[in-house]
Amino acid sequence: MIGLALPEPTWAHRLAAGAKLGALLVTTLLVFPLTDPAALALTFAMTLALLASLGRAALRAILRAFRPVVPFIAFAAAIHLWQGRPEAALTMALRMAILWSLAMAVTMTTRLDDMVDVIERLAAPLARVGLPPRALGLSVALVLRFIPVFLDRWDRLTAAWRARSPRRPGPRLIAPLLISVLDDAMHVSDAIAARGGVAALPQRNPDDGTQSRPDRPLR
Amino acid sequence: MERNLVLIALFASLIAVLGLVPPVTLISGVPISAQSLGVMLAGCVLGARRGTLAVLLFLLAVAIGLPLLSGGRGGLGVFVSPTAGFLVGFPLAALAAGAVVERWTAVSPTVAAAAGAVLGGIVVMYACGTFGMMLVLDLGPFQALALNLPFIPGDLIKTALAAWLTGVIWKSRPDMLLSRRRASVDFSSAA
Repeated sequence: MIGLALPEPTWAHRLAAGAKLGALLVTTLLVFPLTDPAALALTFAMTLALLASLGRAALRAILRAFRPVVPFIAFAAAIHLWQGRPEAALTMALRMAILWSLAMAVTMTTRLDDMVDVIERLAAPLARVGLPPRALGLSVALVLRFIPVFLDRWDRLTAAWRARSPRRPGPRLIAPLLISVLDDAMHVSDAIAARGGVAALPQRNPDDGTQSRPDRPLR
Repeated sequence: MERNLVLIALFASLIAVLGLVPPVTLISGVPISAQSLGVMLAGCVLGARRGTLAVLLFLLAVAIGLPLLSGGRGGLGVFVSPTAGFLVGFPLAALAAGAVVERWTAVSPTVAAAAGAVLGGIVVMYACGTFGMMLVLDLGPFQALALNLPFIPGDLIKTALAAWLTGVIWKSRPDMLLSRRRASVDFSSAA
């Protein structure tokens, strides 16, 4: 499984994806303008309690995802401290920690499928300007499908390069990589067109054509 | 329709794949990822509109929880992180790069792509990234800019690569350089 969603279910997995995303949006908008350290500390404590209720595995995964952000926060905090504004350093770090961990908590407790469902529902009005709702889901699937194609093609190109040169290939092989994958893309689009095109993609719920949540296997 | 959708997905995928390339560490100790090369290419090759869509599709995949940003980052958290400004800058960078290649037809696509990549991938990208850091980290403009400046040499290398690759596509697959394709025969839309 390539996504960030946690495999073992927590109570938050059972909530509707749309509700979680909505709550996250509202919380982010409310927390961002907060500047009072006490209010932020209280919010942070509530966030921690929420995360703790998700179990140890979830907590560990969220902390691991937090690591790349730490140097930036440390640098900015150092600047604030150096300017003699310790409360600015504190509020900035607290705000970051709250917003980041809540966002990651939603991501990690929502299955990829449910996220795609929400997106397709939000994109449904775009059908009027010619974008079939299923086109978005297909596009995301194509993005994922092309990744191993790129990697496999790159491996073959570098193997062929090594067979004929002792030097390292460097970036020069990106050109044949791009050209060959572009040719693949043409075959893919021909294949989709041959099957009736994007407009002919099956609806998620063939009975009434709505975008209601269908019963599909996990991931 | 199919052809454009697949090409948009392909470039979104390219941006993701370039994020997997291990970051090269410059002498200054600053790691540079290849990801923004994909953003520049999306704009230069697909043009302003489709290039922007490719970047938005990539960001959508990141937002729903795929760890496709360089360093294996992903999820909604990245949109509130200190580098969130750069993520906002991604589609705008592709838009700017694509607009330059589409409009500046007096020069070869390679030259136009170089100019577009500098405008989009450096000027627009850093303006957004710096503004994002000011907002998220509560910094002044010069402090935020100082945090970003070490990355510019790496981006100049990526600009050169984007220009070169756009030229290669122009020479070998001119039909697929959507940013420059004039009223040539479009087999896919004829259907």
